[in-house]
Amino acid sequence: MKTIHEEDIINAVSRLCIDACTYLDNSVLSCLKKAKENEQGLAKDIIAQIIENDELAASENIPMCQDTGIAVFFVELGNQVFLDCDLQEAINKGVAKGYTEGYLRKSVVGNPLTRINTKSNTPAIVHIKQTLSDKLKITFCPKGAGSENMSQVKMLTPAQGINGIKDFVLKVVKDAGGRACPPLVVGVGIGGDMEICAKLAKEALIRDIDDEASDPEARKLENELLELINSSDVGPMGLGGKTTALKVKVNLYACHIASLPVAVNLQCHACRHKEVTL
Amino acid sequence: MILKYPQEKDKLSQLKAGDIVEFEGVIYTARDAAHKRIKEYLEQGKELPVDFKDSFIYYAGPTPTKPGHVIGSIGPTTSSRMDPYADMMKDLGVVGTIGKGPRSEECTEKYIENHLLYFVTTGGCGALLSKAVQEAKEIAFLDLGPESIKRLYVKGFKMIVAIDYHKNNLFKGR
Repeated sequence: MKTIHEEDIINAVSRLCIDACTYLDNSVLSCLKKAKENEQGLAKDIIAQIIENDELAASENIPMCQDTGIAVFFVELGNQVFLDCDLQEAINKGVAKGYTEGYLRKSVVGNPLTRINTKSNTPAIVHIKQTLSDKLKITFCPKGAGSENMSQVKMLTPAQGINGIKDFVLKVVKDAGGRACPPLVVGVGIGGDMEICAKLAKEALIRDIDDEASDPEARKLENELLELINSSDVGPMGLGGKTTALKVKVNLYACHIASLPVAVNLQCHACRHKEVTL
Repeated sequence: MILKYPQEKDKLSQLKAGDIVEFEGVIYTARDAAHKRIKEYLEQGKELPVDFKDSFIYYAGPTPTKPGHVIGSIGPTTSSRMDPYADMMKDLGVVGTIGKGPRSEECTEKYIENHLLYFVTTGGCGALLSKAVQEAKEIAFLDLGPESIKRLYVKGFKMIVAIDYHKNNLFKGR
């Protein structure tokens, strides 16, 4: 049994918040650089600005985007870990610390109807999965509203099948246009029930940008969807071009014989996520 | 093209959708909550804390300013959420707005009819855009935090003309 203290979680989460909002992963930057070479005119100019922005943010230690998001966490908690605290509360304390000390924007209102800013960017959204280990793995994904607001869930029927999925994903991307800050990473969750497919889509966004789905059908769908989306001419910032999405990520789960739930979670070009293992 | 405002006000009519403009002058930040509050003030007959006549509005809410910096990261937010306020801002004498993404058809028509300009800056480029801000002052609705109204003096602020005075709309058909 390994003991993990509240203070260690707070400090680790605080660091994750600042790092994720400031330093874009090189793998994402490489994707953007490759996309720039494939573009011309305004589309190329926009991607060049994005790259310049992301490199400037890292060199000056400032957030790459003013929307430093609502704080989303995927946590893997080992069965051999003893926590001396409430995990959710420790994460919230870490978020408040990171967003304050890192000069990150606090973008959370405590009640969606009365809409008063909580001024701490809490509460965070925390998904916990139990594993067989003595580790606590925390993955942080600051999710901006520009892309989140354009995301959708739809309960398709089995008869609609793969074609129905493709039509829906393409429609979501086209409807979002420039609002979701393309070039996007498109997270697609298929299966489960209504809330699980939405979670699958979000979880797809924290996959390594260069990986491929392990399921062969999902992998095929990722490639076909990427081609379809990039032939839509939405383009960088919705002003036309070949790069509407950098990647498509499809995550699957079992579902009811009568159901085909599909969720599309859009991620802007600032595909920010960082992880730590305690 | 470099555009100094208000000194080169005459140039506004020459702008064409798709032109890249390096703007110099004053812009005011206002987004969802500030627009809502302005509407409430007007409905209650209260005097507004800012005179928006002949001004430019930037749909943006920056990160907090780090010590030694003029302003935090300050990229555009999605403009279409402010579409319902087009008439109100027109009546207040606003010249143009700056944000990201397309406007609704109804809003675009209002902009065209009333000679309002719409510009876009590159979404997600808040760090880069902050470098064009030379002065920043929080001037109204301070309780709204990131959504307060700030007066910015910008120079070399890169934006793309999206709706011009000649009925052109860069997002048409998009």
